[in-house]
Amino acid sequence: MLADYLTVFVTRVLILALLALSFDLVWGYSGIMSFGQALFFGAAGYGVALLARDLEITSIFIVLPAALAIGLILSFAGGGFLLLGRHPPTTIFVAMGTLTGSYAADRLARGWYYLGGQNGIPSIPPMTAGGYAFAEGRAYYYLAFTVLAIVYLVCRFVVRSQFGLALAGAREHETRIAFFGYEAQRLKLTVFSLAGAIAGLAGGLYAFHEGFVWPNMLGVVLSTQIVLYALFGGVGTLIGPVIGVIAIETLGFWLADGFPKIWPIMLGLLLLLLILFRPTGLIGFLASDSERVGEGTDNAAA
Amino acid sequence: MPLLETRAVTKAFGRIMALRSVDLTVGENEFHGLIGPNGSGKSTLLKCVAGAELPTEGTIRFAGRDISDATPTKRARAGISLKFQITSVLPALTVYDNVLLALQARSSTASLIFSRTRKALHEGVMHLLEQFHLAERCMERAAAALSHGQQQWLEIAMALACEPRLLLLDEPTAGMSLEERRVTGDLLVPLKHRCSLVIVEHDLDFIRSICDRLTVLDQGSVLDCGTVSHIQNSSKVRETYLARV
Repeated sequence: MLADYLTVFVTRVLILALLALSFDLVWGYSGIMSFGQALFFGAAGYGVALLARDLEITSIFIVLPAALAIGLILSFAGGGFLLLGRHPPTTIFVAMGTLTGSYAADRLARGWYYLGGQNGIPSIPPMTAGGYAFAEGRAYYYLAFTVLAIVYLVCRFVVRSQFGLALAGAREHETRIAFFGYEAQRLKLTVFSLAGAIAGLAGGLYAFHEGFVWPNMLGVVLSTQIVLYALFGGVGTLIGPVIGVIAIETLGFWLADGFPKIWPIMLGLLLLLLILFRPTGLIGFLASDSERVGEGTDNAAA
Repeated sequence: MPLLETRAVTKAFGRIMALRSVDLTVGENEFHGLIGPNGSGKSTLLKCVAGAELPTEGTIRFAGRDISDATPTKRARAGISLKFQITSVLPALTVYDNVLLALQARSSTASLIFSRTRKALHEGVMHLLEQFHLAERCMERAAAALSHGQQQWLEIAMALACEPRLLLLDEPTAGMSLEERRVTGDLLVPLKHRCSLVIVEHDLDFIRSICDRLTVLDQGSVLDCGTVSHIQNSSKVRETYLARV
């Protein structure tokens, strides 16, 4: 049986893995550099925190779909603005656009009294299902694990489908596939929205798990951290970002224990070394390049 | 009614005039060759027809509709398919996936997500791969691993996978061996029953052997246009172009 603090830690890792997975879907599989994935995560977190605080709605059957919807709507709107247009946007434009969104949301939350300003919204009551309350601990761990497993399977289904092949085409050569008749930018918007929905779902889970939300959940630090999780684990595979989150969080946890003062520097150096010498991430030690991006489509019919 | 009709198409890149008031008419099931010296605007004209470039002036009509401002996606869906001059297969994907990608382009997003079309398209993919001698050994390899000639074939196969009414080929035999050129010609001739073709090619023997009509471009303008024998006997063309070849 897991010790209590360890259960809480592992649950947090599972929720962050969900977030890293959403980033990998847009970057690793579709070539959209989202530097603002925390925006959807944090906004959904704030959304469900407000539902709980102001309307006293904590039912899992409402708050999780609501979190998902907030992520979906925001990413659809933001993605529509950034991704659609006569010419395909550059990677830098999308990266800067998403980064700005994340930064602006962070500042907005810090300055808005209704959202609790710097302190965020504290004391969110537990999520409920009928009369049952999901408190921090094993029940929440099972909940987070189940959600991650379902999302993982859904993502696997999507990236291995013909739609996944079209995404790979859009990632490899967006302008080229337009000449086959693809609406490449709409494909990207679809996957960006799906990823936003997953990030939102993660945000809803996170808010109720931690019991409070605060502006950092929306900001660029977390957005960048998500990119690092995925790069560290290995983009372009679904398991890579999950491994990345587990590795970084566990290393951080363990280093903080042993080297309380210098652990962030040690972790930073480790990240740098890995990304310099193993650009494919940790998954690069386990899987050959051919098993990574682009080879995942299943020619089962063949 | 002709399938493709460009009227007074002009394309300027800054102060450089790549095309000057070009008229081109291509009928149904016609094989039309575009010839001319380097820099005469052949590739630019193909790009304007496919939507990779928008003409500065003039109109392009396809199957009776004005497509001058349409996006490449809309033109592809209307039945125009382009093979670029520089091969642009998707190098990281397998040869099989490259063709499937082109073949499934018009399926709806829902049927792509639920992959309802994969089985239905498998035969089509294999047929194209076999036709272009890519089925054996190659199909599970990354497209980047193919030889230059094979990449050209793959790209023609992908252009055909879109079942075009008008196929645009920009130098399909560039860099190919004599044998590969012969095979390419054999692959193109039977297409006459399926679509029209506009082809840019420097190999005049190759173009004579497959085309019905030719248009000669020089410095962005049409020098002459007509049947192969008309062009061969045209004194204008001989003076300015064929003499140099």
